[in-house]
Amino acid sequence: MRHSKKSLAAVLLGSAAMVLASSAYADTPKDTVVMAKQIDDIISLDPGEAFEFSGGEVDGNVYERLVYYDVKNVSKMFGALAETYSVGPDGKTYTFKLRPGIKFSSGNPLTAADAVYSIQRAVIMNKTPGFILTQFGFTKDNVGDRVKATDAMTVTMETEKKFAPSFFYYCLTANVSSIVDSAVVKQHEQNGDFGNDWLKTHSAGTGPYTIRSWKANESYVLDANPNYHGTAPLTPHVIVRHVKEVATQRLLLEKGDVDYARDLGKDELEAVSKNPDITFDQGVKGAITYLGLNQKNQFLKKPEVVEALKYLVDYDGIQNNILRGVRVVHQAFLPIGFLGAVDDKPYRFDLAKAKELLAKAGLASGFSVSMDVSASYPGIDIAQALQASWAQAGIKLELIQGDRKQVITKYRARNHESVILEWGPDYQDPHTNAQTFASNFDNSDASPTKTLAWRNSWDIPEMSKKTQAAVEEFDAEKRATMYQDLQREHQKVSPFVIMFQQIEVAAHRKSADGFVVGPGNDSNWYSGIKKN
Amino acid sequence: MAAASAAGKRATSPALKRARGVLRLIGTVALTFFGLLLVTFLIGRVVPIDPVLAAVGDRAPQEVYLRVRSELGLDQPLYVQFYRYGAAVLQGDLGKSVLTSNPVLADIKRFFPATFELATLATLIGVIVGIPVGVLAAVRQNRWVDQIIRVLGLLGYSVPVFWLGLMGLVLLYVHLGWVAGPGRLDVFYEDLVEPKTGVILIDSALEGEWTVFQNAFAHLILPASILGYFSLAYVSRMTRSLMIEQLRQEYVVTARVKGLSEARVIWRHALGNVMVPLVTVVALSYANLLEGSVLTETVFAWPGIGQYITNSLLNVDMNAVLGGTIVVGTVFVGLNLLSDVLYRALDPRAR
Repeated sequence: MRHSKKSLAAVLLGSAAMVLASSAYADTPKDTVVMAKQIDDIISLDPGEAFEFSGGEVDGNVYERLVYYDVKNVSKMFGALAETYSVGPDGKTYTFKLRPGIKFSSGNPLTAADAVYSIQRAVIMNKTPGFILTQFGFTKDNVGDRVKATDAMTVTMETEKKFAPSFFYYCLTANVSSIVDSAVVKQHEQNGDFGNDWLKTHSAGTGPYTIRSWKANESYVLDANPNYHGTAPLTPHVIVRHVKEVATQRLLLEKGDVDYARDLGKDELEAVSKNPDITFDQGVKGAITYLGLNQKNQFLKKPEVVEALKYLVDYDGIQNNILRGVRVVHQAFLPIGFLGAVDDKPYRFDLAKAKELLAKAGLASGFSVSMDVSASYPGIDIAQALQASWAQAGIKLELIQGDRKQVITKYRARNHESVILEWGPDYQDPHTNAQTFASNFDNSDASPTKTLAWRNSWDIPEMSKKTQAAVEEFDAEKRATMYQDLQREHQKVSPFVIMFQQIEVAAHRKSADGFVVGPGNDSNWYSGIKKN
Repeated sequence: MAAASAAGKRATSPALKRARGVLRLIGTVALTFFGLLLVTFLIGRVVPIDPVLAAVGDRAPQEVYLRVRSELGLDQPLYVQFYRYGAAVLQGDLGKSVLTSNPVLADIKRFFPATFELATLATLIGVIVGIPVGVLAAVRQNRWVDQIIRVLGLLGYSVPVFWLGLMGLVLLYVHLGWVAGPGRLDVFYEDLVEPKTGVILIDSALEGEWTVFQNAFAHLILPASILGYFSLAYVSRMTRSLMIEQLRQEYVVTARVKGLSEARVIWRHALGNVMVPLVTVVALSYANLLEGSVLTETVFAWPGIGQYITNSLLNVDMNAVLGGTIVVGTVFVGLNLLSDVLYRALDPRAR
């Protein structure tokens, strides 16, 4: 009797295991790309509002802009929804002629009215990314006059003053400048919200995909747009699941339950690289890792100390031991790929030189300083490496760990001594980074533009003028040279130790290939993914 | 007349007593919720994170920042903010989450069932295995069975759930393929069942979608077992110590002397007497699991209330945090009331 009970239990356990095993599929569906990704940053999918990484990625696959850049060469611009684009002799009036025959996912034809409505709603709603357009002088009161249709397929936009045309065009490549189906969005307007509430979770674009669903902190699903004017997506459905834990992303990928794992760190990438079924897509992104040294601090305001700290970073050691595969050494404020970017690397770890500079500053025996850092990879890992290398020069570095938003809150109030953070460009024009790293017209606490230079109390009236001049320069080549000069000066004198640039790596199974990791978050494209 | 009034008093006093009891209960519950909301609200205002950052990010120009600050009501004095929130809650409006753009109530309806499903199965495992194991350990006190059970219980307390979850996945999901992976369903089964209760096992059973049920169970069993193990460790340890105390009582000796079978003495008499404190133990363990286990939910990509509240708290999305607090408060109050009812059913002295 005892034996039969035991056998029965064994049989039951065995069958339960088999039942469970048989209930799980080994592969993902052939017509669906499945990704594991951290998507809890999405607040909205309305292109007039979305400004987070994952939201930008969704919109990049759903909407198109009037003009766009070549993802392999950002400095190369082309007409996307616009067949031609030009600027008038006054340097302020831009004309865009739309491509004929383009339809929205609803089947409605694209007309100038849609482009006008899209730009106007983004300006009038003036959500977080609205400044990308309002910096050209568009306001809710004047945008009706300044952005208009001159015929069914022609749009004109008049900026407040002359800017570099490339600056304006790059801002029109930003997600906030996406063109939406005005007829559909107007149907969903309520209480004058320009359809914002509806567009948060729905789509009305001309891009290769449409949004089937977005469940916050859970998943989003895209379906091929049946009216897309370009090559139809090679895989018609995309499911992106929120998987916060990167070790879990790795297990899902290795098991074949997802085709792509998007957030693997150095350790996971090294581990999956041994799996013969897995390979990688990668692209250089614009995010830059830097140290900010607050000039209010009695030690950090000394130019010799600032320079010494630039020599006290073991750039190559950190890249190889902490950031292999996910960051590369980069020491200028414009990311590689941008107009006017420089790849100069004037600094390397040099203890003797740093000690000499500290002695010159009268701090031969070192000093104590604190650093605010987000308590997550890679910030805290880099900060700990810095703590060790600074100690060699007698600098006692106290690390103050916190949640990223906590660090930023303190940083915005200029209450830090030093800080380690990442900065990603808002759009693909050099002005986005130049303005924040190299411009601070008003260093008072009441300053309306709290740039990174302001946050570090770096008073630079002259450099700010140079930054302003570069954004107004008409000649693109001359403009690029201006940025190159600006960065070289910045490298020498700024209280920023710029260290690394991000590489985005998407690990994927070899059975799915063709994902494009572009330079911006809205240029990560799914439509070329083919499953074997 | 005096006699009639005395008789009336005698007749109404039990009813009055009950009415007073109910009023006291309502008062206590209301005060608990008020205190919970006030404390959580104040915590949200003293954490060194700017709530506007969660809404507009780090890049928004000053004018947008100020506008959103005003829209969120953060430019008002604290008591006004709290009053407005409290008044809205009383009308059933928990506000909107900044992070998900959804009404908080809708978020809770989506995330809580996932946690409920997980916590309920985990507690069932904890109770069904934990109580007999605790009894066994008490009966075989200080013998090898007891030692093994105590070591396993100790492991349940000390092994990090994060590690155990990952190891469970590596072994049972990746290598043996006995269970399905992280998440609540395979992509094949997504959207096949209309969410009525949000508990996939129930929804799929109601619709007769047994393949979906099977897949959901395959996803649920590992995280539930891991959480169940922690619940089991607690329940078995408490059962053991309560049972040891009972087995030393004179009535147990008497029962044995009277010739009752050992099984009857242990399972009926001794266990019967520890059921009342055990109800509290199980209720507390269940309530803890219903708050959501952030680490388990993270490892298993389980979209539950724990991750929702934690993520909201880190971003100072206070409507979501306060909504989550109400859920947790309701769970605790509800389970406390349930324990009281069970006490009365199990213990005649409490009636």
